[in-house]
Amino acid sequence: MKNVANIFEKPVVSTMISIFLGFLVAFFILFVTGYNPYEAIVTFFNAIFSKPKFITNVIIKSSPLILTALSAAFAFKTGLFNIGAEGQYIMATIASTVVGLVFNFNPIIQIPLVILSGVLAGAVLGGIVGFLKAKFGIHEVITSIMFNWVSLYLCNYVANSAVFHKPESNGTYPINKSGISMLFYEWKFSEQGRKFLKNNQFLNEVLLKTDLSLNFLIASAVAVITWIIIYKTTIGFELRAVGLNHYAAMNAGIRVRRNIVFSMLVAGALSGLAGALTISGTSNNSVQVLSVFENNGFNGLAVALIAQSSPIGCIFAGLIFSSLIYAGQAMQFKIGIPSEIINIVIGVIVFFIAITRIFPIIVEKLCRRESRNAQ
Amino acid sequence: MVEISSEYAVQMRGINKSFGTVNVLKNMELDVKKGSIHAILGENGAGKSTLMNILYGLYHADSGEIYINGEQKYIKNAAAAINMGIGMVHQHFMLIDKFTVMQNIVLGKEATGRFGILKTRKSRKKIKELIEKYNLDVNLDAKVRDISVGMQQKVEILKALYRGAQLLILDEPTAVLTPMEVDELINIMDSLVKDGKAIIIITHKLKEIKKSADECTVIRKGKFIDRVKVSDETTRSLAQKMVGREVRLTVEKSPPKIGEKIFEIDDIHVRCSRGIETVKGLSLSVRRGEIVGLAGIEGNGQKELIEALISVRNVESGTIKLDGVEIQNTSPANVLKHGVSVIHADRHKYGIILDFTVAENAILERYRYKPYSERGMLNDKTRDKFTEKLIEEYDIRPKNCENLLIRSLSGGNQQKLVIGREISNEPNLLIAVQPTRGLDVGAIEYVHKTLIDLRNRNKAILLISLELDEIMDLSDTVAVMYDGAVNGVFKREDVDENIIGLLMAGGQENEKCC
Repeated sequence: MKNVANIFEKPVVSTMISIFLGFLVAFFILFVTGYNPYEAIVTFFNAIFSKPKFITNVIIKSSPLILTALSAAFAFKTGLFNIGAEGQYIMATIASTVVGLVFNFNPIIQIPLVILSGVLAGAVLGGIVGFLKAKFGIHEVITSIMFNWVSLYLCNYVANSAVFHKPESNGTYPINKSGISMLFYEWKFSEQGRKFLKNNQFLNEVLLKTDLSLNFLIASAVAVITWIIIYKTTIGFELRAVGLNHYAAMNAGIRVRRNIVFSMLVAGALSGLAGALTISGTSNNSVQVLSVFENNGFNGLAVALIAQSSPIGCIFAGLIFSSLIYAGQAMQFKIGIPSEIINIVIGVIVFFIAITRIFPIIVEKLCRRESRNAQ
Repeated sequence: MVEISSEYAVQMRGINKSFGTVNVLKNMELDVKKGSIHAILGENGAGKSTLMNILYGLYHADSGEIYINGEQKYIKNAAAAINMGIGMVHQHFMLIDKFTVMQNIVLGKEATGRFGILKTRKSRKKIKELIEKYNLDVNLDAKVRDISVGMQQKVEILKALYRGAQLLILDEPTAVLTPMEVDELINIMDSLVKDGKAIIIITHKLKEIKKSADECTVIRKGKFIDRVKVSDETTRSLAQKMVGREVRLTVEKSPPKIGEKIFEIDDIHVRCSRGIETVKGLSLSVRRGEIVGLAGIEGNGQKELIEALISVRNVESGTIKLDGVEIQNTSPANVLKHGVSVIHADRHKYGIILDFTVAENAILERYRYKPYSERGMLNDKTRDKFTEKLIEEYDIRPKNCENLLIRSLSGGNQQKLVIGREISNEPNLLIAVQPTRGLDVGAIEYVHKTLIDLRNRNKAILLISLELDEIMDLSDTVAVMYDGAVNGVFKREDVDENIIGLLMAGGQENEKCC
């Protein structure tokens, strides 16, 4: 019976249970509020799996979430809480958009340029937060939240500015085509492309009806690289040492302050990459006026929590999260279930993940009671 | 085996407990008579703390029975234990720094009137009675952070008594006390026992068991070895029972071959975090092949001195030189590079990272050098090989623990890893701060031998310790620190404990200064 309790200590298992419980609670709420849970679940899974287009969209939508989650997870390994992922993401979208509009090189130069400018913007924002923390001891959460708002209003300023604003829209012009990284972007909208795709229903759906790009592969590759950095390099060793016990790290000759700055810099770059890839790889390829946060960064924090800060786990947690959001919209659209239900599911999952340590304890208690009864 | 009876405050029978696959306690038993002091003696990792945590309801035994006053009880949690009259004083005190002594004592059990209004006067009266009855002299209105460690311990004892403890468990009670405070504690324990209370002390200090305890249960590797009357035993026979083999209690060392001066502290002044100068013009030097023992009571500037030595804290003025090179106010990495290794007293905070594996802790100071990493990539194989070597050489248990979290090792084994790690740096100077804190006889013997070996290999050692015995046993030169400065340096053979004790308390002994 002891082994049973041990299984429940595995993060993957407790995450699964949390997700299951999240759905259970949602069922209950649907039932109580008079919806048909069966119909809801069918709609939910249909919305994800019934068409190649849907699966593709879930994957596309997961990419920025995976990256902002990696950002949060990376900072967390160093004992920092990067609530600034939201602002770093927004700042990156601004930088990528402006660079994508101002310059117009060959795509081979333009695409990396657009993406790097976003990464840089995120890194600078994160780096400043890290610097303020290391140098003056100002808590990263406070500065990050400030920067989130700075980014939001800067975004609105740029979106409304005379130079970039696209008339009769809510945002800027899309970036120059040379900076767009969607696959076969020009070809698939050309006459020749349309003609070709008409004959292949699968490709027609996946290519023409979605913003297919390499973003998901990039995000997954970055997750693997992040894992390698954290667990296989001296840099990661230092970061983790500082995160777990900065006194011992300092006495072992590790430069604590430099690591704090570096960690926030990388975390910012990861969130920045999320924003940059979104601008380059998904339509409208522009920034819009934001009345509220779009939660690309905040959701990343939730994804990192679900993944329990495991970089590889972020990939799967990101996929689950984007399915929830995507299918949630479909449920609302098709059978009128309020999308808040999905928010409740997400909330419950995160809640149970946060108290995840309770599962092994409960199982052990049950085991003990059983063995006492047996006696 | 003794029969179950109400003569006994606690009896435990057939206690088994395992964590994962490790059996920590195997068919353990314990009998503690009312009105007696019962010592539990065992090496680190023998299972003393686990046994006490079971008694205090913090863990549950996998099987076995517990009898309190002759009645079988199931102790669900610490609250249940407290209700049964069991009190525990942990090695690391559980007090709230910013509260007064009085607030700490009544916390959670405040006397209240209608609407939950505190009746402080009633509580105070009750505590005053306890203080008088058992000579537990403390200032009830002082804040806990302002009183000495010895005082804090009294507060913990009062806390337990206030909750009606009839059986008091003291976990390593003398680990942090000065010799005088130890004597005082023993007096307090005597007065408690006279009143019919039972006391269990968990300790590895044989002298104190001899001095205070009536009976002693010896545990080895989770097994009950023997229950003995302390008066029938010598410290030697007790040590032998505990370790399971002959132990040398005195340190054997050859006369030192002292070389040239390698480490020199010259007139340093250091401020503590609150801005108060706590090291006031301290000078001291260490030569090759020499152990310099720096004795002193806690709170005389040792903390800031050590921090300054390793460049975690800046000195206001003065120099620290290693081999003629000034190393003060640089960085811990620089100090390390100059061949200064440190064994910290508080290993959990400064020495190791509890949530790192044993292997990761082993390479904490060398991960950035070849062959442990190359071009920024860690080499797990060389790491594990190095760790295996340390485990082998320093007898770290359990074997094959390199990929376990170091948290799961006992304190003694954690310390062995730290010592192994630091000594394998082949340091020019080893600063050992209370290197045997919380260790048992077997481990202490080992640490002392290792330090002497290092000295015989012509290395310099600065031993900073609050344990006078340790200083006297190991040092070739003894220095005393009082009020932020050295107030006496002696050749070991020219001095005895009385003189050092006097200087530690701030007395003067100038005529014997060399």
